[in-house]
Amino acid sequence: MTKAIVIEGLSKRYGDKRAVDGLDLVIGEGECFALLGPNGAGKTTTVEILEGFRQRDAGDVRVLGEDPGVVSNPRGRRGRASRAEWLDRIGIVLQGSGGLDLLTPREALSSTALAYSRPRPVEEVIAAVGLEEKADQRIAGLSGGQRRRLDVALGIIGRPELLFLDEPTTGFDPKARRDFWGLIASLRHDGTTILLTTHYLDEAEHLADRVGVVAAGRLLALDTPENLGGRAGQDATVTWEEGGRRHSFVTARPTRAVADLTARLATADGEVPELTVTRPSLEDTYLSLIAPHVVVGDDVEGVKGEGMQRDDLQVTAGRPSGGSTRHTEPGRATNGVTR
Amino acid sequence: MTTNPTAHTIRLGANRTGLELRMFTREKEAVFFTFLLPIVLLALFSVVFGDSFAAGGDEAGVSAARYFLPAMVASGVILTSFQSTALSVAMERDDGLLKRLRSTPMPPSSFFLGKVGLVVVTSATQTLVLLAVARLAFGVPLPQDAEHWLTFAWVLLLGVAGGTVLGIAFSSVASARSAGAVVIGPVLLLQFISGVYFPYSQIPTWLQQVAAVFPLKWVAQGMRSVFLPDDFASLESAGAWEHGRTAVVLLLWFIGGLVVCLRTFRWFKRGTT
Repeated sequence: MTKAIVIEGLSKRYGDKRAVDGLDLVIGEGECFALLGPNGAGKTTTVEILEGFRQRDAGDVRVLGEDPGVVSNPRGRRGRASRAEWLDRIGIVLQGSGGLDLLTPREALSSTALAYSRPRPVEEVIAAVGLEEKADQRIAGLSGGQRRRLDVALGIIGRPELLFLDEPTTGFDPKARRDFWGLIASLRHDGTTILLTTHYLDEAEHLADRVGVVAAGRLLALDTPENLGGRAGQDATVTWEEGGRRHSFVTARPTRAVADLTARLATADGEVPELTVTRPSLEDTYLSLIAPHVVVGDDVEGVKGEGMQRDDLQVTAGRPSGGSTRHTEPGRATNGVTR
Repeated sequence: MTTNPTAHTIRLGANRTGLELRMFTREKEAVFFTFLLPIVLLALFSVVFGDSFAAGGDEAGVSAARYFLPAMVASGVILTSFQSTALSVAMERDDGLLKRLRSTPMPPSSFFLGKVGLVVVTSATQTLVLLAVARLAFGVPLPQDAEHWLTFAWVLLLGVAGGTVLGIAFSSVASARSAGAVVIGPVLLLQFISGVYFPYSQIPTWLQQVAAVFPLKWVAQGMRSVFLPDDFASLESAGAWEHGRTAVVLLLWFIGGLVVCLRTFRWFKRGTT
């Protein structure tokens, strides 16, 4: 696989704080990669270094074959033409940007399209993000979700080979997030390499080929969502009800345990009362990975809405055990996630 | 991209000008306070002071409208170039628009061309409306010879050019929240001490000297030399129109502003790199 992004030993510090601390990562062309981590983990710093908005302190970085620190520096040897050529192949969706209130989505997209050498048709992009009805209305009147979809539209209008998405769905309602995932999936289908940062575990699980968990500027785990932290091979927790009390035990062989329970306890209709079999969810694995690194109140990158509060509350409330409240049918008990 | 990068930059700059004009006209507060204010003030001053000027006084010989026309042209220049640019760039930096533009392959020059285009169109339109109102509603006589109009052209051009680069440079000291006070306050103050709202000759000498450091006084003086009778030159502090000095001061401000712009312009608000 050709490499879209190569990061070797990346470091960046702000004063005494090490925002990024020796990060190594390779992202292949056409891959959808999700960067997960608590606030202050260094996600945004890393992404902004890749986008050329920040200068790194140490390490080597290549994005589409170019060093962003050199290509984006107006005083660099490569000059401005090269920067424009590089950005022509990249789409950047920042964490939130305004300033377009007085324009309409169509005006903003048409103007932005002019900057690129082979832009997507404006109509096509408006349809892709589902803004047909709002295309000729002032952006000031758009909802938060619609504005975010416009941000993505502006990010993909140039037909990028590589798309950066920094917390694209923070503040979305569930329906808007589902629609948004469909959009990202179709971009991925077209071969766009996507680097996504997110607070939402289900989002990473749904969209990403691989996820990287960062905390305190270091990569703690790197795998497919299914295998992260070795969770596919981890022991399952079997719980059931017997004599009016709830029982559970952890086993490497849940199928056998269920068979034993069925033989011993099955009621007339063949069911074991309140039977569940669960393996750690991605969220459980994620929270146990970052738990040692999360300091409450340590918030370098600023408060970013509900995602952060949700994460922090769970972390401060202690590590969840095996997701004992999750009910799954014995026959297809796996990761507690329906694919 | 087109084969010629300069053509590409100019094409995008023209597109940005169109976009800037649309945004400007859709913001009613901006239209009023930078575009219409000098026109409204000219009408107001003409009505309020019309009688006292007719009765004769220090500035005898001209109507109130004629007397205030050059001041309002100068005021328009600083509002549409300096104030409007400083405010809009400060806002756009704060709300992330500049950063987003910086994340596209658009050449930075196209952004600045867009700003210049906006200022050129709004200043020219505003000045034309001012002249038309003065001539048609208040019967102010306009110069008949090419020499006066040539002076008018270069004073206007240097004033607008300097105001625009200084506005962009000044935007860096203002955040969106403080922009109103940080930009509008000094502009208002400068207008008072530069002889826009009342005759420069009535301002204490030490304040005149302060005003003479800044470009607005020179734009106003240049415009007075265009629209007032030639013998009014004796009322200036130097007793003459000082065209040479006006050109030098405005040119220096323009060059200084350009240098500061190039050295200090930031695409991101402070603390976010």
